[in-house]
Amino acid sequence: MKLDSKIPEGPLSEKWNNYKAGQKLVNPANKRNLDIIVIGTGLAGASAAASFGEMGFKVKNFTIQDSPRRAHSIAAQGGVNAAKNYPNDGDSVHRLFYDTVKGGDYRAREANVYRLASVSNDIIDQCVAQGVPFAREYGGLLDNRSFGGAQVSRTFYAKGQTGQQLLIGAYQALMRQVNAGTVDMYTRTEIVDYVMVDGKCRGVIARDLVTGEFSRHFGHAVVMATGGYGNTFFLSTNAMGSNGSAAIKAYEKGAAFANPCFAQIHPTCIPVHGEFQSKLTLMSESLRNDGRIWVPKKKEDAEAIRAGKKKPTDLSEDERDYYLERRYPAFGNLVPRDVASRAAKERCDAGYGVGATGLAVYLDFKSSIERLGEDAIRARYGNLFQMYEKIVDDNPYKEPMMIYPAIHYTMGGIWVDYELQTTVPGLFAAGEANFSDHGANRLGASALMQGLADGYFVLPYTIQNYLADDIRTPRMTGEEKEFVEAENAAKAKFEKLMSVQGNRSVDSLHKELGLVMWDFVGMARNKKGLEEAIEKIAAIKKEFWTNVKIPGSDKGMNVELEKASRLADFITTGDLMARDALNREESCGGHFREEYQTEEGEALRQDDKFAYAACWEYQGDDKAPVMHKEDLNFEVVKVAQRNYK
Amino acid sequence: MDNNISLTLKVWRQNDAQDKGRFETYKLEAVSTDSSFLEMMDILNEQLIGEGKEPVAFDHDCREGICGMCSLYINGRPHGPDDDVTTCQLHMRKFKDGETITIEPWRSAGFPVIKDLIVNRSAFDQIIAAGGYTSVSTGGVPDANALPIPKPDADEAMDAASCIGCGACVATCKNGSAMLFVSAKVSHLALLPQGKVEAARRAKAMVGKMDELGFGNCTNTGACEVECPKGISISNIARLNREYLSAKLQD
Repeated sequence: MKLDSKIPEGPLSEKWNNYKAGQKLVNPANKRNLDIIVIGTGLAGASAAASFGEMGFKVKNFTIQDSPRRAHSIAAQGGVNAAKNYPNDGDSVHRLFYDTVKGGDYRAREANVYRLASVSNDIIDQCVAQGVPFAREYGGLLDNRSFGGAQVSRTFYAKGQTGQQLLIGAYQALMRQVNAGTVDMYTRTEIVDYVMVDGKCRGVIARDLVTGEFSRHFGHAVVMATGGYGNTFFLSTNAMGSNGSAAIKAYEKGAAFANPCFAQIHPTCIPVHGEFQSKLTLMSESLRNDGRIWVPKKKEDAEAIRAGKKKPTDLSEDERDYYLERRYPAFGNLVPRDVASRAAKERCDAGYGVGATGLAVYLDFKSSIERLGEDAIRARYGNLFQMYEKIVDDNPYKEPMMIYPAIHYTMGGIWVDYELQTTVPGLFAAGEANFSDHGANRLGASALMQGLADGYFVLPYTIQNYLADDIRTPRMTGEEKEFVEAENAAKAKFEKLMSVQGNRSVDSLHKELGLVMWDFVGMARNKKGLEEAIEKIAAIKKEFWTNVKIPGSDKGMNVELEKASRLADFITTGDLMARDALNREESCGGHFREEYQTEEGEALRQDDKFAYAACWEYQGDDKAPVMHKEDLNFEVVKVAQRNYK
Repeated sequence: MDNNISLTLKVWRQNDAQDKGRFETYKLEAVSTDSSFLEMMDILNEQLIGEGKEPVAFDHDCREGICGMCSLYINGRPHGPDDDVTTCQLHMRKFKDGETITIEPWRSAGFPVIKDLIVNRSAFDQIIAAGGYTSVSTGGVPDANALPIPKPDADEAMDAASCIGCGACVATCKNGSAMLFVSAKVSHLALLPQGKVEAARRAKAMVGKMDELGFGNCTNTGACEVECPKGISISNIARLNREYLSAKLQD
């Protein structure tokens, strides 16, 4: 496998300009004859599909939801970063770039991150033009707030519903193209495989989730933008339908899967409360602007709280340990997510946790409410407080919230070059689905930035450079043998699932996988545990293929069958994550190997050995994948141990 | 803190769009009151799968009240008995031990049933496609701070833009009208200078599409506002009527 990152020549700040100046373009008359398939309608997929349509390409856009507006980008709460420097607090493209590389613990590709930072301002302009109702000051100009890992206020927001508003902006742009006839929209349709013709990706096999029927679709190029694989853990902040299947299908077709072990554990989620729990709910990181995180200073107090004998409000200031402010005075409650998550785990493991299970810490708004008043807090976070109250049945204006880390985002994903093309020619990956920008840890409010950057401002350029060589390639009909064979293979896989007829429900197997992932491939990992995880995942795989129970038939709508086909791919993902975590003998960002930590318990990187992206190549079912390295060369950033103290 | 309740569920079952459909009754024991309504549905489905029966199909996704995917008509109310929440945020502590709960799909001519509790809401996408956007393409737009927008206008636009497109307003309306949904979008964009440019044209196009798709008329009963999980106000409907009238006057 050849990993050519295709980083353009020139100084870092000029690379993107140099690329655009030298790239190939497709003229308007030819665009009409070129088809692009886009899988997914989240921020990356919808913005790409809309932009391609506006440019004049013929687009087919697929979503498993009933409407493109349901994609999980909609649930992002806090905001979107950009280097506008409107608050005049010292921000710049360079600083946003630098913070992102540092926040990612020096495991991202410099050139991609710099481009991301440099198009960030265009995103805000674009969204405002679409009518995204960002928060404003009384003077009528845009307001900003701070997020973790930054010392400037560069986050634009729309209440606690920023993802919703950005997605609806992209969705509306997309529907405008549907109306114009440039985009054909396929809802409740899942992509079950890619079609390869002469070594290039030329289409997809789709399954209609309502009828169960398969169909073949040709594209001169295919873009997959289907998000991350956090649901491998069963319990995560992802939506129930979020899945990594389009990524695994790409991997099985020869696309390298990079850094699968880089998963982000978000520090502020509502704690787990029972076995029947179906998902974890995030409380936006923006809350850390005004909330202070603490646990009791004395173990006796923690025990009394767990037993229900004391309330958090009974404890005086002296009896509280604001451990983030204590350990990281410079960044305090706004340290990056991986640091905050590990610090919470450390306190709970040491016996200071609260809540019935002891797996929770407090996020307290008392000082902010005293300082700013309840109304100001309500204006900033009203919808989040309401959500918390509905779920937990406690009033966070009176009592501190209880939070605990949970799986939230996956930095790893399908390997892409500078053009966002995978190792499969003609197959591109965008948004959370690719691996490129966040290294080993993503900073808050950067996921929305990356999704929209890829879709609005990167792919519309880079895909032309690929398609310019295809202007003489005629459309295929779908009757070619490659399409027929791919459809038959996909059908056979679904028939195989239906034929198992065992005794275990899909969810029960998925929960079992999730527990193995959380226990061994979660916030703290070690060699022995990871080796054990690989064995356990293999056992779950065997159990799945011999004992899964799917009621009903493969004709018509069958939700259990959909879930089973996705779980088969989550099992593959889980195995990849464990292997990658085992290989990476260092701690960096969201990947914490217990064997590699400083005396103070901070992550200890091994730059001499692991300053690379680990790219896994599929070798066939039941064969161990082969790892290839893309070395990361830092020309501008000075690699150092992250210091938020 | 952990309380368990037993329930009798009367659930609408329908194989596909052509099937006539019927209620089936199920018993469920020991449901924790800390679980969400949809987690209760998960427990029911695990039980059905264990009995070799087909689980109940229902729409859901984010389970945090923002994607708009979940629906369900619970005891005669869209999104159930709690206020300002979607079904996924409704918790079982709102129900009593031994209670019978009736669960139906959205009932509206505009939303045909696909299976069991799942309906087809693609009509909403068609209405947005008819004009629910600003006609700007990617790139070449002015700086985001080029046009100051008074904070009250921006805040009001944000309130209207909070609509999640779930369809509760249509489901609860005796006329099956989609006016609250349409007016929320028309208001959101008309309140902002970027959307004001084509406000009248947008109102006309969206209302035209809504009528074409078979949604009913608005008779100001206000049920939609009561059931809206996001608190979208019917004052938006007045604004829609103004924009629509101004478009008609221009004809």
